[in-house]
Amino acid sequence: MIQNDIAKNEGQKTNSFTETFKNYTWDEVLHDINSKTINDVEHALATEKRDLEDFKALISPAAKPFLEQMAQISRQLTKKRFGNTMQMYAPLYLSNECQNICTYCGFSFTNKIPRRTLTDAEILKEVKYLKQKGFDHVLLVTGEANQTVGVNYINNAIKLIKPYFSNITIEVQPLEKDEYELLMQNGLYAVLVYQETYHKEEYKKHHPKGKKSNFNYRLETPDRLGQAGIHKIGLGALFGLEDWRADIFFTALHLKYLQKQYWKTKYSISFPRLRPHSGGLEPKVEMTDADLVQLICAYRLLDEDLELSMSTRESEHFRNNIVQLGITSISSESKTNPGGYAVEPKSLEQFEISDERSTEDFTQMLKDQGLEVVWKDWEHFG
Amino acid sequence: MNQQLTIADKTFNSRLFTGTGKFSSSKLMQEALLVSESELITVALKRVDINNEDDDILAHLNKPHINLLPNTSGVRDAKEAVFAAELSREALETNWVKLEIHPDPRYLLPDPIETLKAAEELVKKGFVVMPYIHADPVLCKRLEEVGVQCVMPLGAPIGSNKGLKTQDFLEIIIEQSNVPVIVDAGIGSPSHAAHAMEIGADAVLVNTAIAVSQNPVTMAKAFKIAVQAGRMAFEAKLAPVKKQAEASSPLTKFLAD
Repeated sequence: MIQNDIAKNEGQKTNSFTETFKNYTWDEVLHDINSKTINDVEHALATEKRDLEDFKALISPAAKPFLEQMAQISRQLTKKRFGNTMQMYAPLYLSNECQNICTYCGFSFTNKIPRRTLTDAEILKEVKYLKQKGFDHVLLVTGEANQTVGVNYINNAIKLIKPYFSNITIEVQPLEKDEYELLMQNGLYAVLVYQETYHKEEYKKHHPKGKKSNFNYRLETPDRLGQAGIHKIGLGALFGLEDWRADIFFTALHLKYLQKQYWKTKYSISFPRLRPHSGGLEPKVEMTDADLVQLICAYRLLDEDLELSMSTRESEHFRNNIVQLGITSISSESKTNPGGYAVEPKSLEQFEISDERSTEDFTQMLKDQGLEVVWKDWEHFG
Repeated sequence: MNQQLTIADKTFNSRLFTGTGKFSSSKLMQEALLVSESELITVALKRVDINNEDDDILAHLNKPHINLLPNTSGVRDAKEAVFAAELSREALETNWVKLEIHPDPRYLLPDPIETLKAAEELVKKGFVVMPYIHADPVLCKRLEEVGVQCVMPLGAPIGSNKGLKTQDFLEIIIEQSNVPVIVDAGIGSPSHAAHAMEIGADAVLVNTAIAVSQNPVTMAKAFKIAVQAGRMAFEAKLAPVKKQAEASSPLTKFLAD
């Protein structure tokens, strides 16, 4: 059995997560998690400083009877750190052009859908819509098509929208360190890069073609970001591709490694579950609502200062309730098609949105629950 | 009532300083902070739209007795801190700044080296600098030398509500300081605040403990009273704590023989 966490790497500072990662095997991790007992769970609940072994117990099947207790602790820790607040953000899809084949994604290269990359004028039209809704933190999203939406396109977009947003995050193809540095100079705050799955062999099957098929290059992206000195890195796995328990453990392992290496950087975790889209992959391992609550709470118990983020993939009912249990950052009224807000509202989406409420209705719900809606929590000093 | 506290050109009746974060609404924040009678309230620059006069937080703090204390939360080094301070001086029309440089986003622990650098530069630029720092007595003296108007050592990690974990060092700082000492961060209950005042702190800064309580307005009042009581006790000179009874004088009784 592989013991504990990344402590074995202490003293020999490594340059990438790959070196830590190779000490683990998928099957052993999964076996470990599934072998956790009620005693392990009780220990994990009682202790104040939780490590990755405690985390394994909290995401294990043995923890299921303790879900209410986990939720109570999670809520309390979240309140202590974040108070009664909720950060709002909006995704802004710039392009659905993509040269990757990803079995689960609506923008996959082989999908016969109309492709669109927004022009400057179109981007500003979308920006105007989001500003009028109140958004001040924005997430720019593209597919991976280096000819049309390479680093120059992204750089231009950041410069274009910087006067309108305090906080700009991107979710695009993995880039090189110096490319990130360039974008940061022009106002980039954070980068989201999800590994999708940490199962190396299955990863290849889900990403058979395109630059994304290089597992290690993607795995080392947060290292390049950390070395560039980025303010925030967002991690995640796409739940449903493989057994989510192992994937969520590896995400936590990745997080703990990064926190030690790049201690000035902030981290966030997202929890995307596979949603129906026009490509049509069914989840291999189903994740129930109770499972999702369990792992959101497990993350909060592992780390009380972590940003936990939620998209509109989840239902209205689920989102109304999860905002009290550990989530600290959330989107509303999202469109996952380029131009979907104002330019061409009827085009095809990357995945189906589940919570379609207007931002006004959604934020009213937050206020009714005693949560202060935070639009702005960043300023570019420098 | 308590003696007044003077920092730079301002005199305060209240020794309870407060913050604006974590409240469930701006209205509740306003209510609680009015009840606290706090006259110095810190606000994170990154949270407000400084170019907008109707900014929700700022609008709720627009009262004659309230002095805004912009803080530089979010900056990672001296250069960014100076930039932020200048931005706030221009927009909020105050040369007061709470200097917070915490490159570590997890525990928000202050960087002593960058803080000293920024403090020196800001003092030269005419700011009233209130630095948030570790309870490090030597650093406090160094800051005093570069001309800060007070020091703000932490009692415990920010937001932790753990109380005066650094008491031994706070006592040295209070003993040695020529500028007011304000205990910032970690104060989780009115008794912690009273305790800080009893050991001679000039003021305390409390945010999380008020904002996150079940009833922020009542809690604000509790802190107000605790700070007044603690200060009153300090001014009245507390009787020393005794480890054993001193009924007789067994060692020196022979002198009377």
